[in-house]
Amino acid sequence: MAKTMFEKVWETHEVVPESADTPAVLFIDLHLTHEVTSPQSFTLLREKGLPVRRRDLTFATMDHSTPTTTDQVFGGVPIKLASARGQVEQFARNCADFDVELLGLQDQKRGIVHIIGPEMGLTQPGKTIVCGDSHTSTHGAFGALAFGIGSTEVGHVFATQCLLQRKAKTMAVNVEGALAPGVSAKDVVLAIINHIGVSGGTGHVLEYRGSTIRAMSMEERMTVCNMSIEAGARAGMIEPDETTFAYLQGRERAPQGAAWDAALAAWRALATDAGARFDREVHIDATQIRPMVTYGTHPGMSIAIGDTVPVHAGDSVYAASLAYMGLQPGQAITDVLVNVVFVGSCTNGRLSDLEEVASVLRGRKVAHGVHMLIVPGSQQVKREAEARGLHEVFAAAGAEWRESGCSMCLGMNGDTVAKGQYCVSTSNRNFEGRQGVGSRTLLASPLTAAASAVTGRVTDPRSLLA
Amino acid sequence: MDPIRILRSRTVVMATTNIDTDQIIPARFLTTTTKEGLGAQLFADWRYDATGAPKPDFILNTPAAQGCQVLVAGRNVGCGSSREHAPWALVDFGFRAVISTEIADIFRNNSLKNGLLPVIVDAATHEWLLANPGAEVTIDLESRELGLPDGRKVVFPVEAFARFCLLNGTDEMGYLLGQGEAIAAYEALHGKQPTAATA
Ligand code: SF4
Repeated sequence: MAKTMFEKVWETHEVVPESADTPAVLFIDLHLTHEVTSPQSFTLLREKGLPVRRRDLTFATMDHSTPTTTDQVFGGVPIKLASARGQVEQFARNCADFDVELLGLQDQKRGIVHIIGPEMGLTQPGKTIVCGDSHTSTHGAFGALAFGIGSTEVGHVFATQCLLQRKAKTMAVNVEGALAPGVSAKDVVLAIINHIGVSGGTGHVLEYRGSTIRAMSMEERMTVCNMSIEAGARAGMIEPDETTFAYLQGRERAPQGAAWDAALAAWRALATDAGARFDREVHIDATQIRPMVTYGTHPGMSIAIGDTVPVHAGDSVYAASLAYMGLQPGQAITDVLVNVVFVGSCTNGRLSDLEEVASVLRGRKVAHGVHMLIVPGSQQVKREAEARGLHEVFAAAGAEWRESGCSMCLGMNGDTVAKGQYCVSTSNRNFEGRQGVGSRTLLASPLTAAASAVTGRVTDPRSLLA
Repeated sequence: MDPIRILRSRTVVMATTNIDTDQIIPARFLTTTTKEGLGAQLFADWRYDATGAPKPDFILNTPAAQGCQVLVAGRNVGCGSSREHAPWALVDFGFRAVISTEIADIFRNNSLKNGLLPVIVDAATHEWLLANPGAEVTIDLESRELGLPDGRKVVFPVEAFARFCLLNGTDEMGYLLGQGEAIAAYEALHGKQPTAATA
């Protein structure tokens, strides 16, 4: 019978299939872990006297509450935020006690968990990958089944390398056509979320398909899969192809030699069979997508930058959201004066994103009064960016360049947006207070973020492209 | 975890749609390394003013909300982050059930593991509950029925195994640990034994 890619990966990981009474026992090939969602899971192991069952499949980094200033990371200055310091220190102890491989604060390979998995070649097609983090969906860009779990489940995977799971439904997201210049993967995924709705993917694994997706680089595919959860889907997947294989070949933890050839053969067989049935299908015409920006307090509240804030008379929840944002129905979004611009996160913190930002900033200045923070997704991204001189472009423009981490995406490390300020951000969530108490987030692509930094207001990047 | 069979409680209503886990428990409180005490920070940014004083008009600060175990929330509650701190905070505050028409996947899973019952109801029942805050409801996990004050009973879906665990107060870890032989057999069959270098 014709199968979807999701079904193929699912079936090869069933230790025990599901029944009416019990969920499936699903084997996990890669368990990524970080300092925020694991402390209580390690406590669970201690209480039960259990070891981490598969240390070889468990991998730890610190990213969420880590500082991004060089003095605190490499300069011997203690982490200023005491609560973050405690968490980082306890995580290092937990990893040492349970013998889990950890990229510590000063490790040259450290970075945001969803950036370094692919970077190191740990993320591979056909794997089941979990992490106590909802943006684990990022790894689905490689044709892996990757999803976020809670801390109790983190404990389950530590102890048994397995999870209890019910099989999800499938949804094909068919995206067809060439993107217009200045339109990027971020705009595509914002348009998809706008189309499906923020709960439209609940209970489903998405498979992004079509010519637009096939034409994307791995970095772009990761941006798309990253935000699957913002449509309510725990996982998003993309068929592995030559682009995928070229990205992985030669990476540190990817298969080498004969193992590479064997892996390739297995990976080529993962694609959804012709005639396989999805529970639901949606179609997106990519040629119509323009640079997008959010105006509200969830990622589905987005418009093309040339458009005005929609009017929904009589909807009190909508009105409250706009009031929080300080916006009026019918107002042009380009009227919004920007206080902060944040470039980074697991959505858009990769080298290609930074290159796009640099392409706009080169020879230009960040507008007076705008604070622009550029945080690479990993230390490797940082080194590569510096090798290309991007940090000099950023500095010349007046932007701040930091060490890697989640930073202002969720403001746990002290990098926050002040109350009432507008921040154009390349991250993935514009929830109330996400970037700091009272912060107002407008999600956009790296190009849009850079263009808005230069003009000081929300700006369609096409107006600045040569 | 204490077993749950029947909950009887007045409801607290928060009709806002898409209540995300960043609202339920803001990120700056996630540096905690335990599960306890998070109830004080539940909905912190909606509940307290800039000085940290409770806002008298926020529902959880009103006398009517005290002692209520059932939260009726707008559509798509619990979207966003996978933080289990969200159900921990709700449970620590005293909630044992959340009712909505749509409940986000990860939050629903996390809730079930912490004795917080996610109850999904049809739009008409939901509308009635939103319009009648403080209604005395009964949630019977055994029969999977939500009982309304007028005697109506509404059946809600709940995954069979999670229900079994909640009814008996057992957690899933014991069940998974009991699958040790099947896991080892799977690893042998699929060539997924520990690699020599790190085992
Ligand atoms: S960058 Fe943001 S979304 Fe990504 S893992 Fe970090 S906090 Fe989560």
